[in-house]
Amino acid sequence: MFKWTKKEKRIMTFSVMIAALLATSQTVYAMHIMEGYLSAAYCIAWGAVSIPFLVAGVISIRHTVQKKRRALILLAMAGAYIFVLSSLKIPSVTGSCSHMTGTGLSAILFGPMATSVLGIIVLLFQAILLAHGGLTTLGANTFSMAIAGPIFSFLLYKAGIKFKLNRKVNVFIAVALGDLFTYCVTSMQLAMAYPSESGGVAASALKFLAVFAPTQVPLAVIEGILTVIIVMGMESFAAPELKEVGFIKEGN
Amino acid sequence: MSKDKKIVIGLLIIVLLMVVVPLFALKGAEFGGSDDAGSQVVAEIAGDDYEPWFTPIFESALGGEIPGEIESLLFCVQTGIGVGIIAYAFGYLVARKKYSLKEEK
Repeated sequence: MFKWTKKEKRIMTFSVMIAALLATSQTVYAMHIMEGYLSAAYCIAWGAVSIPFLVAGVISIRHTVQKKRRALILLAMAGAYIFVLSSLKIPSVTGSCSHMTGTGLSAILFGPMATSVLGIIVLLFQAILLAHGGLTTLGANTFSMAIAGPIFSFLLYKAGIKFKLNRKVNVFIAVALGDLFTYCVTSMQLAMAYPSESGGVAASALKFLAVFAPTQVPLAVIEGILTVIIVMGMESFAAPELKEVGFIKEGN
Repeated sequence: MSKDKKIVIGLLIIVLLMVVVPLFALKGAEFGGSDDAGSQVVAEIAGDDYEPWFTPIFESALGGEIPGEIESLLFCVQTGIGVGIIAYAFGYLVARKKYSLKEEK
């Protein structure tokens, strides 16, 4: 990875401390959660947890801007990809609509940290202009869509490389499961805020999952396929940039 | 046609089918957002109708819900920004490859 300067390390430590302070002072229990649906304590706690990731993301993007200028075009594309995918509401077999997250592409290209910054831009856009998601639930939504999902995708992708999976298959699996994982986290977040009286958090989580999952599974598959297509396009036209971000090995 | 092109076209057809089939398979379904379905579960678990304690700022500025057509306009703007950037980037990349190959010849 990148060498961090002292100043950057200090900012990072500071942000982790803020997160720990804010998140633990309230008891931390707690696709987009709707505006006004999480109590203030959860809003702050999830927001606090997201801060270190965002700080790391800004730093990692700054490194990309400074040292890997050619890769900027890929970063712009990955961000735009999130814009497009999260704006497309797609009908699903359950008779309801949902949209994809689109964060998988940037997670496998730039890592989960940079993705968190790209993700929060989209979430802000939707929360302010579209009344979709919300400002009070921004922290929780950032955590599920721009942090937890991408980390999951990123780890799966790295594991896939170890097992020498075909790159297309690997991208597909990592992205599709990362998308699904986002919704699992959302369900958990809602369940923590609304534990059911009889079964507690677990029963509640299952209930939310039952609502989100059937809609989301086909969409996760679609997102996986679309990301494979984009990656194939990048492989054939942007090989030098992909080498720079380490997606393709030098000399291939 | 190259192997890659065949794969891409095949994949696109699968995506298209997955989007279109539910529309015809479930005639009369509402296709409401799953976020709203989430609100219903909250109401179910919390007992009575849950009253969100914060309304989206754009909606409170308007004093009501965003009109449906305007909402789809805003969603289109979002898609448009994204597609614009991706198309610009791919245009640049494709042209670069094309002309750098020509120079080598």
